[in-house]
Amino acid sequence: MSEKFDCIVVGAGPAGTACAYELAKAGVNVLLLERGEYPGSKNVMGGVLYRQMMEDIIPEFYKEAPIERPIVEQRFMMMDKESALTFSYKGLEWAREPYNNFTVLRAKFDQWFAEKAVEQGALLVCETVALECIVENGRVVGVRTDRPDGDVYADVVVLADGVNSLLAKQLGFHREWRPDEVALATMEILKLDKGVIEDRFNLEPGQGCTIELFGDATKGILGTGFLYTNKDSLSIGVGTLLSGLIKHKIRPYELLEYVKNHPMIRPYLQGSEPIEYLAHLIPEGGYHSIPKVAGNGVLVVGDAAQLVNAIHREGSNMAMTSGRLAAETIVMAKEYNDFSEGMLDQYRMKLMESFIGQDLKKYKDATHHFDKFPQYFEKYIPMLNRAASQMFTVDGTSKWEKQKKIWRDIGSVGEKFKLARDVMKAWRVMK
Amino acid sequence: MLHIVACIKQVPDTKIIKMNPKTNTMDRASAPAILNPYDAHAVEEAVRLKKRYGGIVSVLTMGPPPAVKAIKKCIELGADEGYMISDRAFAGADTLATSYALTKALEKIAKHRPIDLVICGKMTIDGDTGQVGPGIARRLNIPPLTGVKKVVEINKEKGYAIVHRKLEDGYEVLQSTLPCLFAVEKDINDISFAPLPNMIKAARYQPTIWAVDDLEGVDRKQLGLKGSPTIVSKVWAPPKPQGGQLLEGGAPEQVKQLLSIIFTKKELFQ
Repeated sequence: MSEKFDCIVVGAGPAGTACAYELAKAGVNVLLLERGEYPGSKNVMGGVLYRQMMEDIIPEFYKEAPIERPIVEQRFMMMDKESALTFSYKGLEWAREPYNNFTVLRAKFDQWFAEKAVEQGALLVCETVALECIVENGRVVGVRTDRPDGDVYADVVVLADGVNSLLAKQLGFHREWRPDEVALATMEILKLDKGVIEDRFNLEPGQGCTIELFGDATKGILGTGFLYTNKDSLSIGVGTLLSGLIKHKIRPYELLEYVKNHPMIRPYLQGSEPIEYLAHLIPEGGYHSIPKVAGNGVLVVGDAAQLVNAIHREGSNMAMTSGRLAAETIVMAKEYNDFSEGMLDQYRMKLMESFIGQDLKKYKDATHHFDKFPQYFEKYIPMLNRAASQMFTVDGTSKWEKQKKIWRDIGSVGEKFKLARDVMKAWRVMK
Repeated sequence: MLHIVACIKQVPDTKIIKMNPKTNTMDRASAPAILNPYDAHAVEEAVRLKKRYGGIVSVLTMGPPPAVKAIKKCIELGADEGYMISDRAFAGADTLATSYALTKALEKIAKHRPIDLVICGKMTIDGDTGQVGPGIARRLNIPPLTGVKKVVEINKEKGYAIVHRKLEDGYEVLQSTLPCLFAVEKDINDISFAPLPNMIKAARYQPTIWAVDDLEGVDRKQLGLKGSPTIVSKVWAPPKPQGGQLLEGGAPEQVKQLLSIIFTKKELFQ
């Protein structure tokens, strides 16, 4: 006997759980399927959770949720081999309610979030893999799982099955991602004493800091490294487009070891002890890679729909908002008892009108541009470092002379024009 | 129609638990709570017997509210009903007080539906005593069959069960009257991959929960810490085994050394 639900959500990450939470809250009979032993057991991100989009779902969640530290400072390091040019913003308005963002550990946070969805009435079933969508007469009517008697039916299925989204792929919503559409991130969680973290990162008790690393952190390959403070651990990781790893023939863990041993980073990690090692793909194709997100009886949310803003390292927030918008659409579709693509396509429109569509559109060519023209990371960041070193080294040379030296360092007239052109181009893809 | 009741317990996963080096006790917060692995086999066997002979499988546990999770796990495995006794008065029980409390709950379950078979795991992985099963059998005045590794037959009409009991050098075939109690070994079965409808049922399931006052004829003096005569006089971690001897050199050289060790310490290998 196969049961029928109003809705089945495949995957209990931020997108799926947000969707199930909102649906259950609206009285929709929803089944949330998760392949892991518990929600969060297989989920990975660098660790920054954005407050606003989470609060759109659970107001004042931070009073109860297992968050690590509210972030009061965001640093950006432009790294060369033995130097770094750093800029940062620290603001105490971020240390108070309502806060800006937090560091979280996904294994704890996702579990908590899913429990909240269950409290609203969602039915959570773990350790169950959705193998494919059941399609009848051109519409998705359910999900086939790997368990005996594993078919289960619903009016609408939400695919929140992550970056590879095999289910959406089987439906023909997207092809296999190209290596320049996905990044591979590897990270470690390093145990370190609370007090040491606060001293080392110049923080008051309980506050947190994030550092984004560019340039030599990824050996000049397009991507970023990151170093985040948790309660009593650090998260350090590095993510680069898969295409970059292939081109440079470098293994992801080599890159992680490299950044951990980088002279600009090593002192932060001194005395810490690795307790966890994680790796995951990140969809970074951006606007051009967004697949079909609505079909007859089916919606696609979160990573499965390529909703990541690689430039601002935002993803979990987009996942949550997309889950919420999908839920809104389903509630409306239920009122009309119409789960056709025509009705469900409202979701795509909502998505595109929201900050998700807008931001992804704004940066639609950015990643591709930096991928195509590697000189930004390979050449210009070291150049900036040399300029800073030249300008701030006091050696009796006049500042005018130093400026001339910096100007000469750029290269020939042709290269100076090229730099000017590249700056213009970068401005164009980022503006 | 058989009515089988499996007695189960939620335990910390001792495979990954940390010990508090000062008190030599388990740091229960350091490990996730799981269904005692032996009990999973007990429930699996109960479900298999239900499929073979028809009937109903109930599970019973004593524990704090989060132990509901262990009952849900049993529902996933195919159990039909879950009962939990949960009350501060039960806290701190040793095996004597635990078997007393569980017996009182079994009596209450039996009033509603007579029990043909009680089935337990051989022991829990946090206590390792294996005393609760036989304790229940004694109190219910039914035969305890420990070390059960195969159920050959259960005949309710004629009122007997035939099992294989694990012995040090083989097994014995034993026939008992019904009702009786089995304490099962791990090798009695392999846990099946639960069907999806069971998973969905388990996600929804809420067991019947009884406090002390819901049970009848309870002598409170026999409950919890008060009813537990066991005194833990000393707890220590077992000494770490001293690391053996590493043989070096080429293969022929190592074989020579090994043979000479086997010869000189031959009493170890008898």
